[in-house]
Amino acid sequence: MLAPNLQRPHRVDHLVIAEMVERGSRALDVGCGDGALLQLLSDTKDVDGRGIEVSRERVNACVARGLSVIQGDADRDLVDYPDDAFDYAILSLTIQATLQPKAVLEQLLRIGRHAIVSFPNFGHWQVRGRLLLTGRMPVTDNLPEAWFESPNVHLCTIKDFADLCQVVDARVERAVAFNAWGSQLGTWLPLTVHNLMGEKAVFMLTRKWASLSPRNADLSANTINGASP
Amino acid sequence: MNTANPRDFLATTDARVLEASHPSSDYLDVPASRPLKLDSGRQLAPYRIAYKTYGTLNADKSNTILIEHALTMDQYVASPHPVTGKPGWWEAMVGPGKPIDTDRFFVICPNVLGGCMGSTGPASSNPETGKPWGLDFPVITIGDMVEAQVPLLDHLGIDQLFCVIGGSMGGMQVLAWAARHKKRVFTAVPIATAAWHSSQNIAFHEVGRQAVMADPNWCGGRYLELGKEPRNGLAVARMAAHITYLSEEALHRKFGRSLQEISTKSFSFNADFQVESYLRHQGSTFVDRFDANSYLYITRAIDYFDLRAEHGDVLANAFKGTRTRFCVVSFTSDWLYPTRESREIVQALNAVAANVSFVEIESDKGHDAFLLEEPELFATIRGFLNAAAQKRGLKPARRG
Repeated sequence: MLAPNLQRPHRVDHLVIAEMVERGSRALDVGCGDGALLQLLSDTKDVDGRGIEVSRERVNACVARGLSVIQGDADRDLVDYPDDAFDYAILSLTIQATLQPKAVLEQLLRIGRHAIVSFPNFGHWQVRGRLLLTGRMPVTDNLPEAWFESPNVHLCTIKDFADLCQVVDARVERAVAFNAWGSQLGTWLPLTVHNLMGEKAVFMLTRKWASLSPRNADLSANTINGASP
Repeated sequence: MNTANPRDFLATTDARVLEASHPSSDYLDVPASRPLKLDSGRQLAPYRIAYKTYGTLNADKSNTILIEHALTMDQYVASPHPVTGKPGWWEAMVGPGKPIDTDRFFVICPNVLGGCMGSTGPASSNPETGKPWGLDFPVITIGDMVEAQVPLLDHLGIDQLFCVIGGSMGGMQVLAWAARHKKRVFTAVPIATAAWHSSQNIAFHEVGRQAVMADPNWCGGRYLELGKEPRNGLAVARMAAHITYLSEEALHRKFGRSLQEISTKSFSFNADFQVESYLRHQGSTFVDRFDANSYLYITRAIDYFDLRAEHGDVLANAFKGTRTRFCVVSFTSDWLYPTRESREIVQALNAVAANVSFVEIESDKGHDAFLLEEPELFATIRGFLNAAAQKRGLKPARRG
């Protein structure tokens, strides 16, 4: 009754995320858009899902459909959540549009026991080809906006993202890349091939670090354990 | 004479005074054996809560929606006002097939403690003296209003509310319910409200109270016993407050600088401008239906509201351990309770990983938008309640 995209096929990265999450778990979808992933997770895995979305119209449409969504922004609002608030903190095709991808990823790893991130791969052969042949910022089916209109201020390749995972001390539990036709690339292929042939990628991560950064420890002490009268 | 309905013989003012002690609606008299312990330290007993209900309570008593009213509203949420005869104040929202669907939900709307439509307040009579309470009535808080309603739920046999919903001061009661009675609240919908009353808003309230008290007919709060009425003072208070409920845009759209039924300025202090005439009308119709002392007490209760201060200056502590599903709503042009104050509530709820939706609705109608035809508000409330009802296992309404 509430399905938003009954007619539209599910996005391949959504399907693989739905396959990754455990039944009955709690998930936060950061940048949830029209709520398609939240709906899919709720319908197929009975997930207790929440969303954050920057566009007011989309938030209102999500809430009117019965999804738990707040108007907010990945760069600003993730700090409000306590540690381990969710089983999964999900950022699907959004990290490239954040102002501080590293800080956002660290927050995802803090508030979720797992972080799931999907992103367009700027190392894909089509992107490389466009830049090489035209000498201009690539515009592809997957990245259709011109550079001056694109919300994607921090595009990266699969290799770049794998590097960032090391920088933030995250363990990669699973990584999947899709080609332009939405098929998963064989996991036996080397990273370089994924980086060339993958149009999108989905990473599932956990934090290696056990203790919290001092700032976050302060914050959570302040918000959760503050004195009661 | 005794058998006749006294209302038939009384002017509007008298009808209002009568409503304070003999409400047309249902009411519950809470006996002296169950005193209300007020935040001030005083006790109130016995006391009365007047209320209206709509719809039918289901067999397992799980379909109740408690509607909390704002400062000058009352229990007549979806039925004509007994004094003015005007339609219920939220008829667009509440009724068969409406977002708060009375074919599906059992709706309770109580008059707040301190009000003047039948619940105990400064206009009701003090059992010790037999005279109206006036300023002998204890100063109350939003928390006291909520606690005063608990016996009503117990009386109706309702353990858990499906939803507590309200705008403005009603939203404050919603937050207080969710903070004080976590297990009794399945969903909470605070609309156009804040977790504490801002300094600017306290300032506006003080202007209103001073206007009432400066009226010589206020008589130190004893006007009811003396047969007088501080009409002018209360009307000025209402006029000042009414401006805060609108937005500059809404005022401009409605009135601009248009003159009232004259083609040129009168060079006097008559109501030349339409906006003046509108405000005077708002003031004078308000005093027909509202008690001046109730206005003082209720504005004071709102001023004192500070859920953060009550919880060690950390708002999140108010909601620690909550399982309630929240839907917080604000309006873009509401400068009385602006969106950032709703966002503070949302942040506190996120800090305890509560289930929260937050919607800011685009409207140029100011704070009053929550009472008006706002399709986006209706869609939000309908969608949120339907999804929650499904979780709660409530069946959809049967039509026809």
